[in-house]
Amino acid sequence: MKPLDPRLVRTASAVRLHLGVSVAAGVLTTGLILVQAWLLARTITGAWDGEGIDTLGWAVAGVAAVAVARAVLSYVSEASALYSAARTKSQLRRRLVAHVTGGRGRVWTAGPGGDGDEGDSGDGGAPKAGELVTLATRGLDALDDYFARYLPQLALAAIVPFAVLAVVFWADWISGVVILVTLPLIPIFMALIGMHTQARTDKQWRLLSRLGGHFLDVVEGLPTLAVFRRAKAQAAIIRRVGEQHRRATMGTLKVAFLSAFALELLSTLAVALVAVEVGLRLLGGHMDYQTALLVLILAPEAYLPLREVGSRFHASMEGVAAAEGVFAELDRKRGTDSEGEEPAPSGTPAPAASGDLRFEGVGLTYPGRERPALEGLDLTVRAGEHVLLTGPSGAGKTTLLSLLLRLNEPGTGRVSVRAPGGEWEPLSAIPAEDWRLGIAWVPQHPYLFDVSVADNIRLGAPDATMEQVRAAARAAEADTFVSELPHGYETRLGERGARLSAGQRQRIALARAMCRDAPLVLLDEPTAHLDPENAAAVRTAVARLARGRTAVIVAHDPGWLTQALVPDGTHPEQTSDRAGHVRTGGADELPAPVDADDPAGRRTGQTRAAGSAGTRAERARAGGADGARHATGADGPEGVRADRAGGAPGLRVVELRVPSTDGGARR
Amino acid sequence: MTAKHEDPATGFLETADPGAPVPERVRRRDPLRRMIALARPRTGRFALGVLLGAAATGSGVALLGVAAWMLAVAADHPPITALSVAVVATRALGVSKGVTRYLERLVTHDAAFRTLAEVRVRVYERLAATEPFGRFRTGDLVSRLVNDTEATLDLLVRGLTPPLVSVVTGGATVLVLTAVYVPGGALLAAGLLLAGLAVPLAMALLGRGPGKRQAEARGALSTTLVDTLHGAPDLVAYGAMDRQVARAHEADEVLTRVEQRDSAVLGLGAGANALITGLTVWGALFLGVLAVGDGTISAVSLAVLVLTTLAAFEIVAPLPAVAGKLGAIRASGERLFGVLDTPAQTAPAREEGLADKVAEEGSSVSVRGLRVRYGPEEPWALDGVDLDVPEGETVAVIGPSGAGKSTLASVLLRFLDPAEGCVELGGADITAHPADEVRALVSGVPQDPHVFASTVRENLRLARPDATDDDLWEALVRVSLADEVRAMPRGLDTEVGTHGTGLSGGMVQRLALARAVLASPRVLVLDEPTAHLDADTRDAVVADLLDAAEGYSTLLITHDLTGLDRVDRIHVVREGRVLQSGTHTELLAQEGWYRDVAG
Repeated sequence: MKPLDPRLVRTASAVRLHLGVSVAAGVLTTGLILVQAWLLARTITGAWDGEGIDTLGWAVAGVAAVAVARAVLSYVSEASALYSAARTKSQLRRRLVAHVTGGRGRVWTAGPGGDGDEGDSGDGGAPKAGELVTLATRGLDALDDYFARYLPQLALAAIVPFAVLAVVFWADWISGVVILVTLPLIPIFMALIGMHTQARTDKQWRLLSRLGGHFLDVVEGLPTLAVFRRAKAQAAIIRRVGEQHRRATMGTLKVAFLSAFALELLSTLAVALVAVEVGLRLLGGHMDYQTALLVLILAPEAYLPLREVGSRFHASMEGVAAAEGVFAELDRKRGTDSEGEEPAPSGTPAPAASGDLRFEGVGLTYPGRERPALEGLDLTVRAGEHVLLTGPSGAGKTTLLSLLLRLNEPGTGRVSVRAPGGEWEPLSAIPAEDWRLGIAWVPQHPYLFDVSVADNIRLGAPDATMEQVRAAARAAEADTFVSELPHGYETRLGERGARLSAGQRQRIALARAMCRDAPLVLLDEPTAHLDPENAAAVRTAVARLARGRTAVIVAHDPGWLTQALVPDGTHPEQTSDRAGHVRTGGADELPAPVDADDPAGRRTGQTRAAGSAGTRAERARAGGADGARHATGADGPEGVRADRAGGAPGLRVVELRVPSTDGGARR
Repeated sequence: MTAKHEDPATGFLETADPGAPVPERVRRRDPLRRMIALARPRTGRFALGVLLGAAATGSGVALLGVAAWMLAVAADHPPITALSVAVVATRALGVSKGVTRYLERLVTHDAAFRTLAEVRVRVYERLAATEPFGRFRTGDLVSRLVNDTEATLDLLVRGLTPPLVSVVTGGATVLVLTAVYVPGGALLAAGLLLAGLAVPLAMALLGRGPGKRQAEARGALSTTLVDTLHGAPDLVAYGAMDRQVARAHEADEVLTRVEQRDSAVLGLGAGANALITGLTVWGALFLGVLAVGDGTISAVSLAVLVLTTLAAFEIVAPLPAVAGKLGAIRASGERLFGVLDTPAQTAPAREEGLADKVAEEGSSVSVRGLRVRYGPEEPWALDGVDLDVPEGETVAVIGPSGAGKSTLASVLLRFLDPAEGCVELGGADITAHPADEVRALVSGVPQDPHVFASTVRENLRLARPDATDDDLWEALVRVSLADEVRAMPRGLDTEVGTHGTGLSGGMVQRLALARAVLASPRVLVLDEPTAHLDADTRDAVVADLLDAAEGYSTLLITHDLTGLDRVDRIHVVREGRVLQSGTHTELLAQEGWYRDVAG
């Protein structure tokens, strides 16, 4: 770690200002130190010579003036340091925020929700969001110490020793030589000791963290230990580990304290040597009293800043480490593809969102992963169609949604869209922001913000009126519990919506999607992890949301959805006003497995026929054979949709499989 | 832990019984005092540390004082013998400062680490005795125990030793100067008190307002940043990222403004200290010159007076930092004692010999009129529950989260005492028996089973330390984990990683059940075995768990319907009460919650 990180200086203009102030204050302080030393020596010598207060008054008054001046200087320097620190921290934070959120909305959680099938983005070694927040707040706060205590001292350490040395040389060159010889020894010795002990301390720190981890492990496991009646027996082990911990730590500290020891010893010993040498020469008459006093008063001042810098180094390095963490983050490339090629957003929803979607040979491998998350996907989704994506973990269900959301771009193949009555065009040709305006998304774990319920619901429609918000909440089965909150729709939700249960959060997210009123809805396991009661409410809401819209829904167990989305009389509210938009059909008609040998069936869904093992590639339904034809839409004749009664295509179950190139890696 | 007396400050820590309740008068004491009391067994070492520290600081001050005396004497050109003692002393002081400082740091750190090791053991024993798991979230508990016990270390090394060293050295220096010239000693005493005590205290007081303001602004910023980063996918998907970033900038600006405004106040401490130091030196000089003028003191004394005063402020230099430290340490102490003062969650046992009764009467469980809550003000977690687990049968309790299901598990495992009603095992009231007797017969898988950062073998043998490898394999076969363990690179000796990160969620559940089976209990309690599993593994895990539980009296606690068609009886629990009871088929046939949610 460098004492003065050049990147820190370059990055923050506030740092340059502060450096200037520190150096100026350092120069002035140095002058005052020299003046004070001379005044003290002069006064003491004068009094020894028999001068009274009347003749020495000016010098005594001078000491008072120096005291006041040094006080003012140190106040100004500290206050301005804290002032600059505040600005620097802000500049670093802003850059960090801009970096992690910027770049076309590339966010580090490449898989939407971050914890769906595909898990994290595989951005190896990247800190988690929580760590970044800590880094940006408490971590950077440690820069206060760096600015207010360390940098000014560093400036002093760079100025005072030389000034003192010069004055001492001028007053008495022999003492000057003593200081000149000992002063450089301090950094040399510290570096030598540091180099010698580094490997050893590293090893011991590793041992230490292992021992610390053990205590943590035992405490966390205490309830488990208690169940097996082993809790009390562990006390002896904790005692033993604690003793090991102490011994290991002391071993480390014995070495770690050595460099401080060298510093302290050399600086004090040098002053003692100067004092004795000056005293003896004064005794022999080779030197006058005032010079001797001046040298004695100044000698410790030459070492003091070095000692101070040393002792403040570690405390302030926390801040520097935080700043380095920020720089490391700024250097990290975000996202998965090139940026800046896409046309500027127009701010209006892309009309294609209410049209058809087509995946052709689409695949994606997250950076740092060997196994593709998605491979060779061919799929066409017609406007107004409801597609249920099923399949085991790791089959790429959530990744497929993230491609539609433009949170990721396909690695291979292409995604095309077609506005009603328009031509097919590549999805990547549409500005991502415009495209997303036509999408409502309900992730598996929706994120709720620490703002009011109403503001959470109108996240995607900031201009929505209170009436619209309420209507959306009612449609999402959320109005009842929201009204029971202390301040109704104005209730703040707390961090991550802590006030609400998982089911309630899911319903708020559904209300959010309703409020967005977008033609394309994407839902990711809306009822996973919910208790049955909440799941029932969410089902009802999902059915309402999907009605009249194109919907791609990830569902582990599609059974309830086919039921919920098909108004068969048991869910009367689903057969209301917009029933005509939804394909009907008894649940007993599905699923109808498509023969793997049927080329139509194989082309659809994700063609991972896995060679000879090819079984069903897709299970398609929706109005019987009609629906099966539909599923082949990529090749099928245009206009099939228009032939359909009511203009509404049906409901289709698409099963994805885990990409076959899996190298046997688990989890 | 065989100390005969109750520790006056900490109450519980030195009593023979680590689970004894902490007296009210002890609980009301300042946490700092109670933390200091924890170090009492090491008083000797700390005293030695303080003496060494005082010697180190004193050496620095004395060096300048002796040197000043030497120069002042030498200026009158006496014979060299007059200086010989001073020369030797100066050189000795030059060496002793570094050496004693090094020793001081070693001694105090050693004492502090000894204390920490001991405190950890005592804290652990206290927790093992009181088991306050229901009261605190696990993460909170762990942070209190690990970080806040480490605060004792900080208190002793950085909070307690420096002020004591300052008092000793400062006192000695003032005494010496008083002997030289009384007003000079008094002046130094005043200066040291101001710089070492008054200024830090005043700054702590002044800093309270800004500290609070900044903490608020920082909290707001932190929340906004958490929202921005964690909610990024939602924000991007809904096109709201720009607005959110603008909010983050706003919060950032508020914090920056507050910090900048407060910098004017917070800089005062440094200025005040510089002023006090400078003016004290000036006062010593002024008084000294006057005193030399009227012959009260010699010119030699003047040099000693002024240069000693100049050096003396090094004594109080570490103190301003201490004031800030103590606040944080006190807060840590409050959190720590908050856990430690929590009384035992179960009453002492009145009877023994539960195993014999169960051997005679069988292992059926009967719960009658059970009411439980976590505190007098808290709502009822269980509000009159009746249910039976007949011997060898499997009974499920299902309900939404927060219905009190896990509380039932806590009562069965004797982590909690019921407020009313009783729980009988083989006809004996388990609340009358010691927890360990109950847990020898009732075992199972807690909601978040902890897997220790060790081998598969050690994790299993936890339940039965004398188990042979054959026993372990038998248990693994029973929970359908044997094949997977065999496939591991080192079999039973495979390290599972911290929190079992090397295992899948389903494997953790199976391993935990294998552990429970090894303990050879009569009753198994499975608390939410599917809570953290994805839908794919859920069915398989529940099936395997229920297979393994064959033959035990089993209570399955769950929030979803997986596997419920296999159990003998189902109880639907909502808001602490049993709403419906029956078999899967019966419940499906009748109107009600079960059919609604299962439909």
